[in-house]
Amino acid sequence: MKKTKKKIFNNILPKSPTGIQGFDEITAGGLPKGRPTLVCGGAGCGKTLFGIEFLVRGATQFNESGVFMSFEETNEELTTNVASLGFDLDDLIKNKKIALDHVHIERSEIEETGEYDLEGLFVRLGYAIDSIGAKRVVLDTIESLFAGLPNQLILRAELRRLFRWLKEKGVTAIITGERGDETFTRQGLEEYVSDCVIMLDHRVTEQTSTRRLRIVKYRGSMHGTNEYPFLIDENGFSVLPVTSLGLMHNVSDERVLSGIKVLDEMLEGKGYYRGSTILVSGTAGVGKTSIAAHFAEAACKRGERVLFFCFEESPSQLMRNMLSIGINLKTWVQKGLLQFQATRPTFYGLEMHLATTHKLVNDFKPNIVIMDPINTFVVGDKDLEVKTMLIRIVDFLKANQITALFTSLTDNHSAIENTDVGISSIIDTWLLLRDIELNGERNRGMYVLKSRGMANSNQIREFILTNHGVELREVYVGASGVLTGSARIAQEALENAEVLTRKQDIERKKREIERKRKTLKSQIAAMNASFEAEESEVNKMIKTEQDMIKQLEQDKIEMAASRNADKENSKTKILKK
Amino acid sequence: MKEKNKIESAAEKLNLAVSSLNKDRYILSLYITGSTCRSELAIRNLKKICEEYLEGGYDLEVIDLYQKPNLAVGDQIIAAPTLIKKFPLPFRRIIGDMSDKKKVLLGLDLKEIKEK
Repeated sequence: MKKTKKKIFNNILPKSPTGIQGFDEITAGGLPKGRPTLVCGGAGCGKTLFGIEFLVRGATQFNESGVFMSFEETNEELTTNVASLGFDLDDLIKNKKIALDHVHIERSEIEETGEYDLEGLFVRLGYAIDSIGAKRVVLDTIESLFAGLPNQLILRAELRRLFRWLKEKGVTAIITGERGDETFTRQGLEEYVSDCVIMLDHRVTEQTSTRRLRIVKYRGSMHGTNEYPFLIDENGFSVLPVTSLGLMHNVSDERVLSGIKVLDEMLEGKGYYRGSTILVSGTAGVGKTSIAAHFAEAACKRGERVLFFCFEESPSQLMRNMLSIGINLKTWVQKGLLQFQATRPTFYGLEMHLATTHKLVNDFKPNIVIMDPINTFVVGDKDLEVKTMLIRIVDFLKANQITALFTSLTDNHSAIENTDVGISSIIDTWLLLRDIELNGERNRGMYVLKSRGMANSNQIREFILTNHGVELREVYVGASGVLTGSARIAQEALENAEVLTRKQDIERKKREIERKRKTLKSQIAAMNASFEAEESEVNKMIKTEQDMIKQLEQDKIEMAASRNADKENSKTKILKK
Repeated sequence: MKEKNKIESAAEKLNLAVSSLNKDRYILSLYITGSTCRSELAIRNLKKICEEYLEGGYDLEVIDLYQKPNLAVGDQIIAAPTLIKKFPLPFRRIIGDMSDKKKVLLGLDLKEIKEK
């Protein structure tokens, strides 16, 4: 996509790549080839460096030699100054890749005696160009001529001629100019150099300075119109285009475990997506860093590389603290899988942070980057800048398939879903930690606020920091809603008690029926006994009766036998009995 | 003592030599770019002034930058024509076609001589 674009541009307007990191991207190929470009800006904004880097990169990377005509610094000064950026000018001069020419004008030495032109300068420049076959020219800062030569009319006419001459020569030129009050340059050079104007700026807000670059004008070419932050470090100039990466990065279906079992379960049981951006936000002391540490540990255990930026704690402090919840990060540091980068956010400007991030990531090549926390960047009213910086970091990490975990401290007074830096839209998985105040205690709860591309759990889990790491309790699914801490325990106890009471009730009822049964049984037994007694009585009586009948019959027989003797006596005996 | 005298006399000699040069000879270089009207004019004007005020007590070298472009760097030439007064000191560069006689004289530190 990008290549075809470049091709089209090349057909329209040939460009000369600067080799400056990021600059060629925003200009779709570099500076206009064979035309002069005006680079303007205030003192110390990096104009000279931009020019010299254009030449050095041209000489070293694109095999185009260049002439540097300095109106301010001497050749020796220049060589020394850029040596700190790793450019060996002496070597390049020796190899006829670069020619330096210091133009010295001393106002007091000059006496104007009539008409003149700047042909001398032309001859010098022409000679320098021809001697090394230069394709690139830098004039730094040509406005010094205005201080040296009193006749402005001649000077302006000659400058106009100079730029036309440069065009005719076919060299790609950079002309630097000091920024004026209302114009781009003090002497209105933009009037002559109108193909491409680049503005460099150096602003200090909230005591941290930010360098910015803007392409004011670029004839015949599309270009980024934004102000792009840039920085100058030991590798020279680098422009950081926010849009350079865009949203074209590939995504991965691979998942990475978070290191917390229950959390993985909440995320379909598989954890985060590789290359996604995870935000852990929450109020103070809810355990954001602990989650980050878990993630780091889990990654190191898998053999992945982790880059941990800590902006609030020193690495040793963090490691000590994490040891208290059973996470030993020191071993991974020793094994070289984990690298800490601890700096205060206020230590340098946002762009420098961005650049160091780029640099460290490129050097260490981590699989996972952790930033703890990101909202410390917000000092004063730099919300927008912080946001763009984070977007750039996220874009950069995504393009490299690096999983990023950021933590963010939420203000107690603002809405819990509100991150200070307002980057929620660029976050893929957002874990929200919150403290739940209930019954005079504070408990931690965690839920997945959003997680792109997966069916995540909607439950708030209770989150406990134990000496063996973070633990997420199972969800309490009761009639009374989500309960945490002692309330949960109380509720559980209550429920247990209820069960116990019911059990006891049943037991009691059982016993009662048993007792009833026993009573019934004993009653039956008593009745039986009385019945038996009665029965035996009756039987006895029957027996006596029978005996009596028998006796009577016996008596009758006996009487019959002794009929005539003792008939009366036998009758009385029977009655007595 | 003898040595000291020697040194002193040597220094005096040098001073004398310098002062004699100062008085006597002007070393001038005129840089021009080709034979344009302006170059011609500058040469003409300069020669006139020199003859009038220095009367042969000068060395004038006319250099065409188109022929010797490498010389432009050494003498820090920007404008053309440029007249450089290398000697006597102070070093001066006089630019333009030399048509402003007063300024040329000023540049050559010759005004006083004229008044004398």
